[in-house]
Order: sequence, then structure tokens, then C-alpha cells
Amino acid sequence: MCTPGLMAPRGAILFPFSGSGGLQMLLRVLWVSLLLGFGLATSIARADSFEQGLEQLKSKDFSHIEQGIAAIASSGNANTELVLNLLLNGELYRLKKTDELVVVQGKQDKKLIIVNLFDDSGASAQTVSKRKIKKVRINNNIRASLKAALASLKLSAAEPEQRRQAVNQLIGKLTPELYQTLSQRLDVESDSSVQELIAVALAVTDLNSADSDSAVQQTAVATLSDSLQPAARNALAQFVETTDNAILKSQASKGLRSIDEKRKWAGHAETLFFGLSLGSVLVLAAIGLAITFGVMGVINMAHGELIMLGAYTTYVVQLLMPDNIALSILVSIPAAFLVSAFVGILIERGVIRFLYGRPLETLLATFGISLILQQAVRSIFSPLNRSVATPEFMSGVIEINPVLSLTLNRLYIIAFCLIVFALLFMLLRYTRLGIEVRAVAQNRAMARAMGVRSEWVDAMTFGLGSGIAGVAGVALSQLTNVGPNLGQAYIIDSFMVVVFGGVGNLWGTLVAGLSLGVANKIMEPWAGAVLAKILVLVFIILFIQKRPRGLFPQKGRSAEG
Amino acid sequence: MTTHPQMYEGIFNKSTIRFLTVLIVVALAVPLLNALDSSNPLHVSTYTMTLMGKYLCYALLAVAVDLVWGYLGILSLGHAAFFALGGYAMGMYLMRQIGDRGVYGDPLLPDFMVFLNWQELPWFWYGFDQFWFAALMIVLVPGLLAFVFGWLAFRSRVTGVYLSIITQALTYALLLAFFRNEMGFGGNNGLTDFKDILGFDLQSDATRMALYVASAIALGLGYIACRMIVTSRLGRVAVAIRDAEARTRFIGYKVENVKLFIFVVSAVLAGVAGALYVPQVGIINPSEFSPLNSIELVVWVALGGRATLYGAVVGAVAVNYAKTYLTAAMPEIWLFSLGAMFVLVTLFLPKGVMGILQRERPDNDDSDGNNLDNGNDLDNCGVKA
Repeated sequence: MCTPGLMAPRGAILFPFSGSGGLQMLLRVLWVSLLLGFGLATSIARADSFEQGLEQLKSKDFSHIEQGIAAIASSGNANTELVLNLLLNGELYRLKKTDELVVVQGKQDKKLIIVNLFDDSGASAQTVSKRKIKKVRINNNIRASLKAALASLKLSAAEPEQRRQAVNQLIGKLTPELYQTLSQRLDVESDSSVQELIAVALAVTDLNSADSDSAVQQTAVATLSDSLQPAARNALAQFVETTDNAILKSQASKGLRSIDEKRKWAGHAETLFFGLSLGSVLVLAAIGLAITFGVMGVINMAHGELIMLGAYTTYVVQLLMPDNIALSILVSIPAAFLVSAFVGILIERGVIRFLYGRPLETLLATFGISLILQQAVRSIFSPLNRSVATPEFMSGVIEINPVLSLTLNRLYIIAFCLIVFALLFMLLRYTRLGIEVRAVAQNRAMARAMGVRSEWVDAMTFGLGSGIAGVAGVALSQLTNVGPNLGQAYIIDSFMVVVFGGVGNLWGTLVAGLSLGVANKIMEPWAGAVLAKILVLVFIILFIQKRPRGLFPQKGRSAEG
Repeated sequence: MTTHPQMYEGIFNKSTIRFLTVLIVVALAVPLLNALDSSNPLHVSTYTMTLMGKYLCYALLAVAVDLVWGYLGILSLGHAAFFALGGYAMGMYLMRQIGDRGVYGDPLLPDFMVFLNWQELPWFWYGFDQFWFAALMIVLVPGLLAFVFGWLAFRSRVTGVYLSIITQALTYALLLAFFRNEMGFGGNNGLTDFKDILGFDLQSDATRMALYVASAIALGLGYIACRMIVTSRLGRVAVAIRDAEARTRFIGYKVENVKLFIFVVSAVLAGVAGALYVPQVGIINPSEFSPLNSIELVVWVALGGRATLYGAVVGAVAVNYAKTYLTAAMPEIWLFSLGAMFVLVTLFLPKGVMGILQRERPDNDDSDGNNLDNGNDLDNCGVKA
């Protein structure tokens, strides 16, 4: 909502009453209700004012035409915008013989096909020569009032977005009439961002008009300094260049600095947001690996393909329920978990269990599996990328202020990542399976001696890590196209995140993923996306030289394994 | 402890002599058959000869990988990077040889630079108009990268899978870097459209034959060099490091230096292989850096049999022949069979194909390379489950 300071100059113009606070508010309410009451009373008369206006357009006298436009603009008729636009574009004609308003629809030979205004059916179509009709002429004055009338029409549009656009177009071009219209609009406007924009538009005019005194200008400067609208900054910058008033100038440049400061912070916040969302993707992709590689010590090069399987599961589920995209995403999450977990358990039981204690062989075998999975998907779904629809609730933006808006799908990814992380963390920490997993990871022989079925735990752990990879695939399907190479793109990144964070440490994975994402986005503006990625890779390679066991190395006996 | 009889046999043991004989026969026979009239049923087409030349380059690359993996226990997933760097050095020489015969006819700048509106040659392209300089770079660039990388990695004792993963990250970073047009290596398209080498037309049969023979000679010399290393004291220390790194260090050997030396030699061999590869295939582009290539060449070695050297050659030729055949005949099948090869070889053939052959002839006195009694030996340096 507007601050009282923002309102003050408007109040001064709208209400020729002095007074402040409660009294002013009371008066304002009275004034608005008066306007509304008046509106009701005149609504009957309006039907005629539209017709009258149209009649006046037929006149050759510009002043009559102008009156006609005013009458049409205030009529509230549904066709008002149509007529005004036709006028503005010079597409409205008068048929000389019958004195009817017509529109040219097409050409036939040298003649024109015309229809009566508001005749959609085309029943009144007739062919006449060019000389039989006369364009309704307008001059520059009329053109200005037409534009103003159209703008104020849009100002009362139902959608806030349309109103915002209308005000945006008007900034810096306010005529006294429009100024008046906007001032009135400010008090009935319900959308706070449009309200702010109107205040800016008015302040820009206040600032630049020759006859406003320095007190008004001062308030205008204050209003503009508070706003993050690009127009406000431009107006201030221009004012600083041109004004002679030293006090105002220093105030305006102070305002400029504060705007720039705020914009800078908004820029930082945006970078952080992008970085966190990229980091969340990395964490999601890596966290399953943090289980299989970090906790079990299994190098699973097919991890990327398990992500890919999750993404394809989303695609298939969406094919099965095309009418309900939102539900299909929710169904996909458990489905992808089960599919990837199932494939993961197959891999573990079929191949990896024969290779425990031989990490390099595991690496090669799982890489072979990744090739097979890729080719299988390519054979089944074709090598082309498949696109997965984004549900309604995930598209859109949250506009924090004019220079900072957050896209919803990125917000959802961040939230999703944190939820998955929390669930996984609690699972490992508080459930029986989690305790057994950690026991086997720390000391297999002792765990077995205590009655833990280590084979079963291995399979379950691997299934869990794989299932999480599948869930990550659901998230990725919302960000990129789903194709056979989806997994390959993430496998190296995932390993980097796990190794950087410290093997066997879920927190390390979270911190590493998020910080790598943010670092990437911080470097992107000056290094470019590819170079930023290269720099991050080189950084990790060097980092591992320094701290071979990552950011958060495991301590104690299990560390040396 | 298992003894390693091959260590005491000298460089030219039975298997090496057998290998070199086969190599010499193949190196001589193919060009001779190529020189036959094309109507002769024994005629080998130039296409086939070039293809075999390509295989020989791959074989040299595989030998380089076997040297570090089989004898030192370092599973490098970035050897394709050294191969590609050698290839790029050769490619730059070949680009400069084009001179003003390019599409744009610029006497100094290669076509892609004219296309990108570059005004002058970047500094790192200077000197590549001289063959000796390019030859030096073919050895120096991969060697230097391996030296710097190895020096950092071995000194801080990055071992096992960690090392594998960061070598993969290295080649991935290079892949991304060479894709950038700003790097000045032709970006996505790489370097191609070569005309001639040392003044000889690259398209002519004689030049192709010479390149084929050069590849065979390089493979032979590289093989002998590796034999010299593995049969030397250094080679024995390397095997000791592979089997028990900590113990070797405690005994007093400078583990880092041994690793670094062999790693650099291996990288140089890979660079030479790449340099011979490029004029035969006629193009070098960033996809040579792709991590998949590096891993694929590991499976050549695994299939052939680690720590035998000739096993690597057999693996490289066999897998690449299968690849050439399958990608043409049944492209769908190729990745399936490559993937299955990875799985089956690691599960059932820890000693590779050569291991089976030896098992079938238990009374054979040629016992070299048969030191992988226990697959675990190789991975003492790795991360444990």
C-alpha cells in the first residue's frame, strides 16, 4: 500500500481541503462514494451519450468531433475502444449519401467494399467508389485526446497486468487531463503495484512540469527515490542533468544513489536465487550418489542414467494422464522412485555385489550399464528429446519488486530439493534401515556379527540411492528436455559435488551443491556460462589436491576404510 | 608374494618378439598388398589401409593406458585428452600448411579465423608452420599437462577412484574449453580440410601408405619403450606401488616421482598417437575430449588384458574393428555390445582375453603378464567399501 507521504501531493490536488490523517481519510471516502453515486445516476444517460457522440463524429467541425470523442469515451459502451481505435488509425469513414459511419473491408477492382460500423455479419456490405466516402478526419489535438481516452479506458481494465501496461505507456507523456484521470484512478486502484506505478507516473509529471513549485517537486523526488520502477530512475537521472535547483539536485542524486544501491542488492539477490536453484538441481542429482558412493563406496557411473529413467517415467506418466498435468507430476514422484530403485537393485544384485572392494572394476561395469540403459531408452523412445509439460501451478513468477522477480518453477525446485534432503536425512538418522545402512558402511563385519543382514542392506541402500536419482529425474524433466543424454550431462557434476562435499557426508553434499551452483552463477555474468563451468571444474580439481577428502572429511576409523 | 618372471626376462622376451614380428609383417604386407593392382583379389584398398593405420594409433594409445593402469594401478579416465592434444598440435601444423589454399584464401589465417573476423594469428599459433616445432609441441603439450596435473595429484596423494574422477573432470573441462570459439582452435568444428603434410598431398596413396607405416613404427617403438620401462628397476617399483603403495613408500621409494615419470611418458605416447591419427582421419574436433572416449579406451585394455601391453593392442584392434563393423551394420547394437563388454569383462575376464588364452595353455613357459592372480591386488590404493 502507499505510504501517507506518497499520497500527500495527490490528496492536495484531488481534495481541495486542508487537513490530514483521519479527517482527510473521511473526506476521501465521502468523495469516492460521491463519485460512485454519480456514476450510478448517469449510467442511464450514457447509452445515449454513445449514440450522440457517434452523431457528432459525422460533423466536419473538429471541435464537434472532439466533443463526440469525449462523449463516447465517457459512455462506458462496450464498443468504445473499437470506435476510438478506428478513429486513431484513420479507418473510420462516412458514407456521403446516407451519412452513415462505415468501415472499409476490402477492395474490388478499383472500388471499395464497405460495411456499416458495428456490422459483424457483413449484411450491409456494399461496393462504392472511393469518392463516395469520406474519412472522419482528426488533427493532432484530437489524436492526443484519443490516446488519452484509450489509455484511461485501459486504466480501468479488469486485469492488473493490462492496467500496469497502460500506466507504463503513459509515464512521461501525461497531459493535464490524463494527470487528472490518473490522480482519480490512484484512489480506486486496488493493485498495489499498479498504484505505485501511477504514483511514479504522477511524480514524473510533477517533477518535470514547469509550473509545479519546489515543494511539489521535492515530494516528487521523494516518491521517485522510493520507487524501483525503471521509469522513476530515468526521470531522476534526467532531472539531475537538467535542474538548476541545487537542493533538489542533491536530493535527486541522493535518491538516484539509493535506487542504484537497491538495484544492486536486487541483482545480488537474483544471482543468489539463480545460484541456489542451480545448486538445488546439482544437489538433487548428486544426493543419490552421496548414498551409493558416499555411504556404500560404490562408484555408480550409471547414476546419470537412473536420473534419466526418472525423467522418462515422468514422461510416460504424463502420456497416461494427459488431462491432468498437475496430478501426473505428483504421481511421477513415487513412480520414478520405484522405477529407478527397481533398476538400481537389479544392478546391485546382478553386477555390483560381485565387485565389492574393487572400485575401479565397479566403475567400468557400471559405465557399461549406463551405455546399455542409454541405448535401451534410445531404442524404446527414439533418440529425439521429449518435452514434459509443466503444470499450471509451477509456471509464473512472483514479483518481489520491479527489478526482482522469482520464477515459480525455480522456487519449487529449491523447495523440492530441501524436502528430499530432509526426508533422506531423517531416514538415515532415525529409521532402522538408516541405522543398519550406517552400521554396514562403518564396519561390515561387526554389523554382520550383530545380526544385520548386510546383503539385504546393500540392496536396499543402493535401491534408495537409485530411487532418489529417479526423483531427481522428475525435477529435471521440468527444467530441460528429456533425452537419452540427460544423464551424461549430470554424472560428472554429480561426482564433483559429492567429492567436493566430502564422501560419506550428506551435509557436505548439500553445502557443496548449493555453493557450486551459486559460484557458477556469480561467475557467469563476466565469464560466460561455459567458462564459468570450466573454472568451477578446475577449482574442484585443485581443491581436491589440497583437501583430498572434501570439504567435510569423515573423521575417525571409518575414514581410512 | 607372486613373482614377476617377466621382469627378469629382459626387454625382448618371447611375447615381445612375437608381437613385433606380427607388427612388422602387418606393417609391410598391407602397403605391399595396397600397391597391387586393384583387380587382384589380394588387393587392400587405401581405405582399409587408412582404417588399419587408425587402429594402430588406437593401439599405441591403448599401450599408453596399459602402462599407467596395468603397471602403475592408475585408472586414468582422461587419456583421450592427451591423445586429442597431440592431435590438435598436429592439426594446427596441418592448418598452417593449407596456406592461401583455404576457402577465404587468407595466406596467414586459417579459414575459421577469417570467418570469425579475426585480424591476426593468436600467439599460440606461431611456430606451427614449422614441422619440427609442431613435433616438439606434440610431445611437449600433453607431457606438460600430465606433468603439472600429475605433480599436483600425486604429491597430495590423490589415489584410486578420486584420481579417476578428477582425470575425467580434466578431460571434461578441456572438452568444454575447446568447444568455445574464443579459444582459437576452431570451436565446435575443430580443425579440418587439411591439404598436405611436409609437402606431400594427404589424399595421395603414397602419403597414406607412409602415414600407415609411420603409425606402425610409432607403435613398435612405443611398445619397446614401455617394455624398457616395465622391465627396468623403475618398472618393478611401479608394480610395487600398484600392489602396495603405502608399503613401497615406507621402504623408502619416492612413489610420487615414479608415478609422475610413468604418467608423463604415457601422456606423451598418447599425444604421439593422436598426432598420427589426425592426418589419417583428416579432422580433429573437441568431441575427441569427450569422457566417453577415455572410458572406452579403458575397456580396450580391460578386454585385451591388463599389464601385458600386447593385450592392450589386441583389445584396441578388436574393439575398434567391432565398432567399425557394428556402427555400420547395426548401429543400434553397438552401444549395447560395448556396454555388455564392460560388464562381462569386469565380471568374468579380470585378466582379459589374453588371460583366457594363457589359461588354455597352462604348460606354456611364456608366463609374462600373468601376475594378476587376484583382482584385488590392483586396487589396494582405491577407496574401500
